[in-house]
Amino acid sequence: MLKTFPKGGIHPEENKLTSTKEIKKLPTPKIVYVPISQHIGIPSEIIVAKKEKVQIGQVIAKSAGFVSSNIHAPVAGTVTKLDKIIDSSGYKKQCIVIKTDEKDPSNYEDIVYPLKTEIILSPKEILQRITDSGIVGLGGATFPSHVKLNVNKDKKIDHLLINGVECEPYLTADHRLMLERAKEIVIGVKILLHALHIEKAIIGIENNKKNAIQNFKKLTKNDKGIQVASLAVKYPQGGEKQLVRAVLKREVPKNRLPLDVGVIVHNVGTIYAIYQAVQHNKPLIERVVTVTGKKLEDPSNYWVKIGTPIQNLLDEVGGIPENTSKILNGGPMMGKAVKDTHAPVTKATSGIVLIADDEASRGKAINCIRCGECVYVCPMGLEPHLLMNLTEKHLWERAKSEDIMTCIECGSCSYVCPSHRPLLDYILFGKKLSKN
Amino acid sequence: MSDSILNSIILLASLGTIAAVVLYIVSKKFYVYEDPLIAEVDDLLPAANCAGCGSPGCKAFAEKLVATDDISDLFCPVGGNEVMKSIANLLGKEVNEKEPMVAVLLCNGSCEVRPKTTQFQGPDSCAISAMIFSGETDCQYGCLGKGECVDACDFEAMYMDKETGLPVIITDQCTACGACVAACPKDIIEMRPKNKRDLKIYVACMNQEKGGIAKKACSVACIGCSKCLKVCPSEAITIDNFLAYIDADACTLCRKCVEVCPTHAIIETNFPPKKVKVKTHFNASPSQSKVELKTENDA
Amino acid sequence: MPTTIISASPHVHSSRTSKRLMYDVLIALSPAFLVSIYVFGIGALLVTAVAVASCIFFEFVIQKYLLKTAITITDGSALLTGVLLAFNLPSNLPIWMIIVGSLVAIGIAKSSFGGLGFNIFNPALVGRVFLLISFPVQMTSWPTAIENQGKLVDAVTGATPLGIVKEGLQMGETMTSLASQIPSNMDLLLGITGGSLGEMSALALLLGGIYLLIRKVISWHIPIMMLGTITLMTGIFWLVNPDLYASPMFHILTGGALLGAIYMATDLVTSPMTRKGMVIFAVGIGVITVVIRLFGAYPEGVSFAILIMNAFVPLINTYFKPRRFGSKIKTKIV
Repeated sequence: MLKTFPKGGIHPEENKLTSTKEIKKLPTPKIVYVPISQHIGIPSEIIVAKKEKVQIGQVIAKSAGFVSSNIHAPVAGTVTKLDKIIDSSGYKKQCIVIKTDEKDPSNYEDIVYPLKTEIILSPKEILQRITDSGIVGLGGATFPSHVKLNVNKDKKIDHLLINGVECEPYLTADHRLMLERAKEIVIGVKILLHALHIEKAIIGIENNKKNAIQNFKKLTKNDKGIQVASLAVKYPQGGEKQLVRAVLKREVPKNRLPLDVGVIVHNVGTIYAIYQAVQHNKPLIERVVTVTGKKLEDPSNYWVKIGTPIQNLLDEVGGIPENTSKILNGGPMMGKAVKDTHAPVTKATSGIVLIADDEASRGKAINCIRCGECVYVCPMGLEPHLLMNLTEKHLWERAKSEDIMTCIECGSCSYVCPSHRPLLDYILFGKKLSKN
Repeated sequence: MSDSILNSIILLASLGTIAAVVLYIVSKKFYVYEDPLIAEVDDLLPAANCAGCGSPGCKAFAEKLVATDDISDLFCPVGGNEVMKSIANLLGKEVNEKEPMVAVLLCNGSCEVRPKTTQFQGPDSCAISAMIFSGETDCQYGCLGKGECVDACDFEAMYMDKETGLPVIITDQCTACGACVAACPKDIIEMRPKNKRDLKIYVACMNQEKGGIAKKACSVACIGCSKCLKVCPSEAITIDNFLAYIDADACTLCRKCVEVCPTHAIIETNFPPKKVKVKTHFNASPSQSKVELKTENDA
Repeated sequence: MPTTIISASPHVHSSRTSKRLMYDVLIALSPAFLVSIYVFGIGALLVTAVAVASCIFFEFVIQKYLLKTAITITDGSALLTGVLLAFNLPSNLPIWMIIVGSLVAIGIAKSSFGGLGFNIFNPALVGRVFLLISFPVQMTSWPTAIENQGKLVDAVTGATPLGIVKEGLQMGETMTSLASQIPSNMDLLLGITGGSLGEMSALALLLGGIYLLIRKVISWHIPIMMLGTITLMTGIFWLVNPDLYASPMFHILTGGALLGAIYMATDLVTSPMTRKGMVIFAVGIGVITVVIRLFGAYPEGVSFAILIMNAFVPLINTYFKPRRFGSKIKTKIV
């Protein structure tokens, strides 16, 4: 029996069209739009001025608090504007606009660093490097990594969990990274084990990525501390709490973090970024993005500089095919529908998914037939139908006592609802208003 | 036979007696003294329970009026000055006369002038749609057109105009309770003084983009050209973030700004037609002008 | 209309729809329907056609002229109510009674609560129980099976096996002396017996039940727990005194036990939402059914039992919630 989390979950069509496509390098864009709020927490503070020349990897916005992160220049060039630019949410957000210096070779060279296995830095230095390099959780939550790693001494950590689940349909960015940069990721894991003073790490990978599992098993044969756990395919296994439950059979208590049961969870993408930062002092300025869609001729995976307009990616795969009605920033279960394709790629963008009109349109919502399917699939044991009802009636206190705040927004309830009710829309709204 | 009749009479009678005794005891024991003034003030209030005064209902407002010494800050928007005056007389306290207000929609982006570029699928709720994205048009400041303000209105003073996709405020019925202002997630409904004969001049736009971008999204957007600013004799107009705002207190209703506005973003209501006609988009929809005609006749 | 669509996540949807669920139940009911046509002939067809037509008609009239809401007669729910109502009626019931039953089912049990999804009681069962109480004679004189094939009028009527047992035991007879009057278990399984339209063949009903389980329209909890409770309870009585109480096999195969367990109690709208709640609900139905059958005035108690437990569903939903992730756990917090 493969491991998985016991309660709830769904099996959407996988559609991993790009799992065999090697990660290509996207040509450097002429202009990048770098939002200053790419992470959870306080937006960063801009420290460059208009018309200032910046080098690649230079800090352009400084962390503005503990739960915040540095932002680096993804290209060398000139800051042309500090303006509000429409982002994936459809609203205008503060951005730093940099015009790429086309004469600067650092923008175009593709440095493949030689593998550096030796870990020289001390734990303290490693944490500082991670903080400085602006690394955030690349799985989608974009929680600043240094905050996660800054463990209080009274907490006892015994496991580092590496999230290579990638349970979202369509997306293959993590899968490809695990195949192509496996050695680096293993060293990244060792770096974190060293920094956290712990010995055990488990890499959790869903069983639909058999080659990645084998790859890691081969590489970690001699490392007793690092194990590979193959997991049954089920959405939302990539959720932190679900993953901890699936791999270690530990249930994170309500309103607590995995830290409270002795586990730290990091995405494979984050681990790779940590490797780059610690071993090669390279800040987080690019990430892997899957550009995919059923109607696309050549869906693929790309190394993309942060701040590249989504339009550049779409141009690279041959433009938007006909009858496309939704362009998603992220996967189809949790991604955001993008209004304007000039919105930039951020640290959170794991994929750009194009959905054709026959799938994109939502069915007409009809009455709830109380089938209980939403209750059955909810991985958090909530009652989505009830939460929607309470939100509709603005009963925030009731909604709170029904644990609306523990919802992980995976969208399983909306996915299965036979009456096409917008359950998650209401729950998101309820969460927002229950906070106050 | 007679036994069963007798039995049932006795049973019912004793039940009734017990209930009466219990009720009597309870009413004595749990009696709460209430100032008779509160009931009197409550009678004077309009009993709309709209919460426009800030209290959760008319009774609560009456209690507050009786309890507070200085009631000059308190105001019942539905009852208006008359009701407040009579309450003040009853309580022997002072009230300030307030100018009657009316809700005004600061967006004129009808379907015609502000084309939709995307299609929203989800609940018919402005608040939820605003949470998910910026709106179906390219203007992130304007009306979303789901009509949550209309639902919030207790006085049937609003309706959705199907042609323009915007809510319409029936000024005669509006009590300025503020429910629509609170319901709107885009903050495009403002309370403005009603003035004499409901004469109003205001900028019907909230777009804070640069002129070109604003104009591209909506042809009646304020582009921040500051023509109105220059022509205004009473310095009532300010421009912030490429958006003009007319201070209702300073405005003398001279209508000079309406004439110079290149995008017709400044709207005048209920003025008699000028000799040189100014074409405004606001009067384009038939239902809108009907409402205005009605108010004009009334005036 | 702009083609770019914006909505909140998720952006894909499973292929399950309410409509498909309704039609799946109809497909599952078709073997039982064929059996009833074979057994009762044209009468079965007529009863079903009238019930379905009047249910849809009333739904349309009420939605269009009374409630003035959107017309939803195509969602299959009124159609399903009509079929289920017909399956609970004898094949020789006067047509006007069927129409009255449909009016009660759609008008009172469904629309007055707010339409699809808001009804507390199973509409078809409310219609059936209303008819049973109002017209007990017509509702309990069932045409006996074999003799009536192809006939519409002048049918020979008789009691159901459950009725025979109940009456016989009350007259002081024993199970052994009644054995010759009741059909064999094999006959009950195939459906060659008297009764309402849909309760005929246990085999056909089971077949439909398996289809529903495979299509995941219903979960096993309600049918298995309800039938299990009936088996257990009647089994205990039977073991104590096989002369006074019929065997559990007999109780499962006769009457509406299977129809109720697979199609009526599992009605999505009127059953609990959690698996825990479903178990409580099904056990309750089982207990009440057995109590009515063995000690009550009516020979059959499934409809009453389901309706009584329907009333408890809101309560069950409130008290048997799913376990919240991360609550009441033993995991040590470090």
